[in-house]
Amino acid sequence: MSGMLGMVNYWAVIVLMMVGFYTLIARGNLVKKLIGLNIFQTAVIMMYVSFGKITGATAPILIQSGDHGGGGAEHVVYSNPIPHVLMLTAIVVGVATLSVGLSLVVRINEAYGTVDEDEINRKDNGL
Amino acid sequence: MDDRVILRVGAKILIPFILIFALYVQFHGDYGPGGGFQAGVIFAAAFVLYALIYGLGNVVRVLPPKAAYVCGALGVSIFVGVGFVTMALGGGFLDYGVLAHDPAHGQHYGILGVELGVLITVFGVMVALFYAFAGRRRIEP
Amino acid sequence: MSENLPALLIVVPLILAPVAALVGRRDLSWAVAAAACWWAFGAALALLRRVQAEGVIRYELGGWAPPIGIEYRVDLASAFVALIVATIGAVTVVYARTSIAQEITEDRAPLFYAAYILCLTGLMGIAITGDVFNVFVFLEISSLSAYALIALGHDRRALTAAYQYLIMGSVGATFIVIGIGLMYVMTGTLNMVDLAERLPAVADNRTIPVAFAFLTVGVTLKLALFPLHLWLPNAYTYAPSAVTAFMASTATKVSVYLLLRFFFTVFGFDFAWVGMELHRVLMPLSVVAILAMSLVAIYQTNVKRLLAFSSVAQIGYMMLGISFGSVLGVTAGILHLFNHALMKGALFMAMGCVMYRVGSVSTDRMAGLGKAMPWTMAAFVLAGLSLIGVPLTVGFVSKWYLVQAALEQGQWAVAGVVMVGSLMALVYIWKVVEVAYFGEPDPDHELREAPLGLLVPTWILVIASFWFGIDATTTAEVATAAAETLLRGLP
Repeated sequence: MSGMLGMVNYWAVIVLMMVGFYTLIARGNLVKKLIGLNIFQTAVIMMYVSFGKITGATAPILIQSGDHGGGGAEHVVYSNPIPHVLMLTAIVVGVATLSVGLSLVVRINEAYGTVDEDEINRKDNGL
Repeated sequence: MDDRVILRVGAKILIPFILIFALYVQFHGDYGPGGGFQAGVIFAAAFVLYALIYGLGNVVRVLPPKAAYVCGALGVSIFVGVGFVTMALGGGFLDYGVLAHDPAHGQHYGILGVELGVLITVFGVMVALFYAFAGRRRIEP
Repeated sequence: MSENLPALLIVVPLILAPVAALVGRRDLSWAVAAAACWWAFGAALALLRRVQAEGVIRYELGGWAPPIGIEYRVDLASAFVALIVATIGAVTVVYARTSIAQEITEDRAPLFYAAYILCLTGLMGIAITGDVFNVFVFLEISSLSAYALIALGHDRRALTAAYQYLIMGSVGATFIVIGIGLMYVMTGTLNMVDLAERLPAVADNRTIPVAFAFLTVGVTLKLALFPLHLWLPNAYTYAPSAVTAFMASTATKVSVYLLLRFFFTVFGFDFAWVGMELHRVLMPLSVVAILAMSLVAIYQTNVKRLLAFSSVAQIGYMMLGISFGSVLGVTAGILHLFNHALMKGALFMAMGCVMYRVGSVSTDRMAGLGKAMPWTMAAFVLAGLSLIGVPLTVGFVSKWYLVQAALEQGQWAVAGVVMVGSLMALVYIWKVVEVAYFGEPDPDHELREAPLGLLVPTWILVIASFWFGIDATTTAEVATAAAETLLRGLP
């Protein structure tokens, strides 16, 4: 784990996060903003999942000593399952956020006839 | 829709397997990767697929929106209900060890109940979400 | 069952929320919601009593010990905040019965009450949990239901306000998750107590300041500290009256509590104040918040919007007290948290009464209301006095502590800012009073006093804001003890 290459997972996360964040800030379309938000959240999920990885470790399923001819079970290294479990929750939260957001956009579209931020502002100020 | 025979037949073949696979993921969750969240989504995917191929009207006849809401609420109640049972038996909230004479069996029963609750909730919510978006008529301004 | 009280406080409302959604009739779902809120109120009160008598309560969920399992950890500060939330929730649910009957259609009312209970559950959960990831989960439970609640407002701008809140709130919550993740990767634990023990050993690593920065930005976004407050005015203005009253007195307060929890319990005073010199950021921002937002409030013509900007200014007072980093300052912050919940709740409820009868809270529609709705406007004036900080009101008590805390550190200019802020509050409250009492009523509209279902909860909060202003010893003692516990850090 040295230099920039050893941190490749963090670079991936940072790039993904910034892509999402930029979309969130720069786009005027409300649906695109939500997509940006979702990419942003996905970057965090990837960050957590990469935390749990231990080099040379196997999936965190308990291997009973009888399963593989016995004896070897004590030497098994498991990946850390806790970040994965946390992200299961975060994914559910992300789905909930996205669906609340989309349902708001659907209703905004019904009320204003547009999903563009500038146009909505124009209609509000023109009232 | 009548001309898309491959889709219709394909879906009919696939849907039972999707449902079985959901149950496999559900019950395999005790021993390996899997569990209520994933199983609930897969179970709901079968209904969504049915709706996409055969239309919303047909799937609503099988599973009315009200039933989906009830599922969403029922699952939460099962989850919390398990917690109440463990508290009534003298343990803490969701302390499965008290559910059976042998704590290891208790853990087993407890996680089964909780995962069942999760399955039902996630399934209900996913289908309800699909209904909410798919069933909304476009209102022109 | 009594040892399960921390879990029951959360779980009983949680199981009642789907029940409220399913019963399908407005009155029945209201009854369920009321049961949930009053249960929460009783449980939170009992919890506070027990913490006062026995000290910190630790509760392991599922019987799993803390590093693996989730732990609820109730100390004085968390029990106090949970009680504030539950009290406001219990009063507002009474108010909601009449107010929601007018504002929300029959078929949506059960969903409203379900979201209301969930929001309450989430906020109380944040207060009593001792696990940082669990904080995020409860934060999202409360926030998601809050977005839905705000979107139920009459005006179509409620939708855009809710959308904006959703975007900014989710970004804030995601920042909090990033901070939590970085702390976890350095320490291997999510439990607040364990984090507090292990963080000092790795505090030199650059990851921890980064985690601290993410958490600070995320939480200040949620609590609407000055430059990150943009979601708040619209959300409060266009939400249904009962929702505004509830959110204004609880949501931001719980976020302030979360900030205290992270800064003092998890990172500790030495890291946050001595190491990161947090006061250099918080104090100027609070001062700007007080002055700028009060000034903006003066120019508003929509009274709900006026009060929303005033809320941002009042959050500035809380953060100002906390930024001193002294026992007196944090006491002032916690006291103002409680006091502001009472008075802002009362003010927004009074505006809800006006909304109920007049259909608008714009100042030009409020002329002559002092005669037409004497009780409503009297409640507004009395709660407004509290906002200004007149002696015998709760507002005076917290400002008294705040000025003392400023003088203790020789910050004369900051004490002056508190005074100027109070004068500005006088200006914007007077603006409403002038219209209501000295304006000529519109002869075409025959207005009556608001119904008792709205007036009684409003007056409960008004009377409470005087009660705790005249006899401030109870709240001041709890707040001081809570501040001392927070500043001492963990044993």
